[in-house]
Amino acid sequence: MIQMPPPDASVLAQRQAIVQALRDALPGAVIDDAAETRAYECDALSAYRCAPLAVVLPSTTEEVSRLMRLCHDLRVPVVPRGAGTSLAGGSMPTEDAVIIGLSRMTEVLEIAPGDRLIRVQAGRTNLSVSGAVDGLGFFYAPDPSSQLACAIGGNIAMNSGGAHCLKYGVTTNNLLGVTLVLMDGSVVELGGPMGEGSGLDLLGVVCGSEGQLGIVTEATLRILPKPAGARPVLIGFDSSETAGACVAAIIRAGIIPVAIEFMDSPCIRATEAHAGAGYPDCGALLIVEVEGTAAEIGEQLTLIRDIATRFDPIEFRESRSEDESRRIWLGRKSAFGAMGQMGDYICLDGTIPVTALPQVLAGIGRLSRDYGLSVANVFHAGDGNMHPLIIYDANKPGDLDRAEAFGADILRLCVQAGGCLTGEHGVGIEKRDLMSEQFAPADMEAQMRVKDAFDPDWLLNPAKVFPLEVSASRRERRLNRPADAA
Amino acid sequence: MRPETEGQLAELVRDAAAPLSIIGGGTRLWPGEGQGERLDMTGLAGVTLYEPEALTLVVRAGTALEDVRQVLAAEGQMLAFEPWGRQGSTIGGVAAANASGPRRVQAGAARDALIGVRFVNGQGDVVRNGGRVMKNVTGYDLVKLMAGSRGQLGALTEVSLRTAPIPPVAATLALADLDAAAAIPALASALGGPFDVSGAAWLPGHGALIRLEGLAASVKARVADLTARLSVFGTVSEGDPDAWSLLRPAALSHETWRIVCRPGEAATLLAHLPAPSSLDWGGALIHVDLPVDCFPELPPFSGHARRISGAEPLVVPAPDPITARLERDVKSRLDPRGIFAGAA
Repeated sequence: MIQMPPPDASVLAQRQAIVQALRDALPGAVIDDAAETRAYECDALSAYRCAPLAVVLPSTTEEVSRLMRLCHDLRVPVVPRGAGTSLAGGSMPTEDAVIIGLSRMTEVLEIAPGDRLIRVQAGRTNLSVSGAVDGLGFFYAPDPSSQLACAIGGNIAMNSGGAHCLKYGVTTNNLLGVTLVLMDGSVVELGGPMGEGSGLDLLGVVCGSEGQLGIVTEATLRILPKPAGARPVLIGFDSSETAGACVAAIIRAGIIPVAIEFMDSPCIRATEAHAGAGYPDCGALLIVEVEGTAAEIGEQLTLIRDIATRFDPIEFRESRSEDESRRIWLGRKSAFGAMGQMGDYICLDGTIPVTALPQVLAGIGRLSRDYGLSVANVFHAGDGNMHPLIIYDANKPGDLDRAEAFGADILRLCVQAGGCLTGEHGVGIEKRDLMSEQFAPADMEAQMRVKDAFDPDWLLNPAKVFPLEVSASRRERRLNRPADAA
Repeated sequence: MRPETEGQLAELVRDAAAPLSIIGGGTRLWPGEGQGERLDMTGLAGVTLYEPEALTLVVRAGTALEDVRQVLAAEGQMLAFEPWGRQGSTIGGVAAANASGPRRVQAGAARDALIGVRFVNGQGDVVRNGGRVMKNVTGYDLVKLMAGSRGQLGALTEVSLRTAPIPPVAATLALADLDAAAAIPALASALGGPFDVSGAAWLPGHGALIRLEGLAASVKARVADLTARLSVFGTVSEGDPDAWSLLRPAALSHETWRIVCRPGEAATLLAHLPAPSSLDWGGALIHVDLPVDCFPELPPFSGHARRISGAEPLVVPAPDPITARLERDVKSRLDPRGIFAGAA
């Protein structure tokens, strides 16, 4: 079980006064009724819940600034929240924290097709950013699977990825600038044209800082011209090893498809039972998507077919229509839902060097037998970002603990293979205590010093990312300082 | 001082009593940089790991850029961000300067290809961040912070980079008759369509230049479509494929200014300047030579202008006070003794 630090008793003791101060600062935007704050007690890591002290829903950067200054002066921790879709507990509150939610900040502020950018308020959903520029022939590239719901502010906090980042990169590669409100209420613009300011790349370190350095209220995003077309192929193999070798051969041949997705046989079977996408019953399959005009797609697929043939595929299914493309993606897109039918699950997010794929998959298989829990593998193969899904029964005492221990062992395998704990979901509370597996004390100290510069009192989302014992002295410094002596 | 191991470097920094100047090839120093005792990084050289099938290169920071290019070219790969270099340029210098060439419009900058770093901070501690995988959100992204930090936060000892296949075919289109301001809408039109443009620039004597790369049939088809689209701007002809290597700060006989702006602002800025020595990134990067001590009188715009040769460092507009405070705080926390202060 993941522990959270005890709440600050002095904050809890002033609860009514804090809520009143928030109401005075921003009438009509404060939620503190227990029945209503419950909607904010967790994010998509729903095994962990805690109602916040209050929730505030500002509409402008100026309002966020006013709230931050107030919380800063009252010494109240703040947990930023986009749409609450974090799988890592990044926006899970604590009892002594105020949530500042972005859900009312959804405006498009500027569209400049000639400069290939859009500026939006950070509560706007990922998919609706693309929606705003679709008619102009553009799209926003990062596409996390929660894109219908997730907010751009959350994407920036977690540096979200998606299925197509092999070609287009992740959030940090498509972010040109932000308006950031610091914990003391000051407002700063970071980035610039081409994402470049005149000094240090502070934008680069804010992106992926999990809401610990400031609250992003506005974002300038790079938009790209939509490709003429896209087509997936489905390739079935007898084993995971062969599928992995085929991925390496495609990349080695100089072809960078927009996406290479991988599913192993437990995942294929579960998906078939659930969605009936018509996938072959085989050891592993790849979905490879290429883009361009019909001629360009044909040229790339010919090369991919030649390479795949060397690995004796059980099936090579080329889409011939929109409907066939949709069916090829159907199983992949319903994979998580299919797993939900099999039981409760934990979704992991480690990344490994693609060359380590066979060894890591074999290791996961061994661990699965040792723990007596099933696991299915579905992941972005081109970039090594794995999503093993561990199936457990939440109603069975001890099963969650066992599943978490299994997950931690898988992430250790990823780190040992030269990879990392999380490729796109973030650390949050979920992987917080595993950080020491990947980082030495000096590595974490350097990161925490950056937080010291942005948020010297550690009021912003403080109990996340770093192991509690590693961040303890910094978090406790605040508790030993009375509110008005700052 | 020329350490040959990371351990020696860490010890040197720990023992340093006065500012050090981290130098790779010393080929891209800006005014004001390079002060303090010379810390020569070229002793830390060599490839640590290269996995072409994983598009991953890990290399010590003092390795010559030219050596990196050769290692990659032998496997049909390259650094997609196309850093320019001179004799002696090192890969650590490329990372520390975020040096990025014309392909930035398609493939991103050096900071986008940089996936891991090791560095020695101002206290002599070795710090690792990122790693060797391209999708990694574990902890803060100090890799981006180090990219372009020009040695102000620490001495890079090793960098991990994402590599890319060399495209089999490249084509350059030129609109030779266009001056710099007239080139901008043509470049924007090319970049705004589904052509996967990998270079959009302007050079005196060449006019507007647009590059398309990829598989043979694909390049041929895109050249035809793009030629048709661009004909409204002027006569489209085959351009000089070697022109792309000229897109770098010119010989430093004048005071060269580097201006980063939105392409949509470039024409207005150009109206206030003498003819530029180059435009790149669709007009977002302007290099222009000005007479000594001449300050460009520019209307307000969303980027900045920096004097990159001449006596004194100068950036207009100056950073806002909060950004300046954050930068100062980040620097002083990673280098409390100011050992790397000579870099700025």
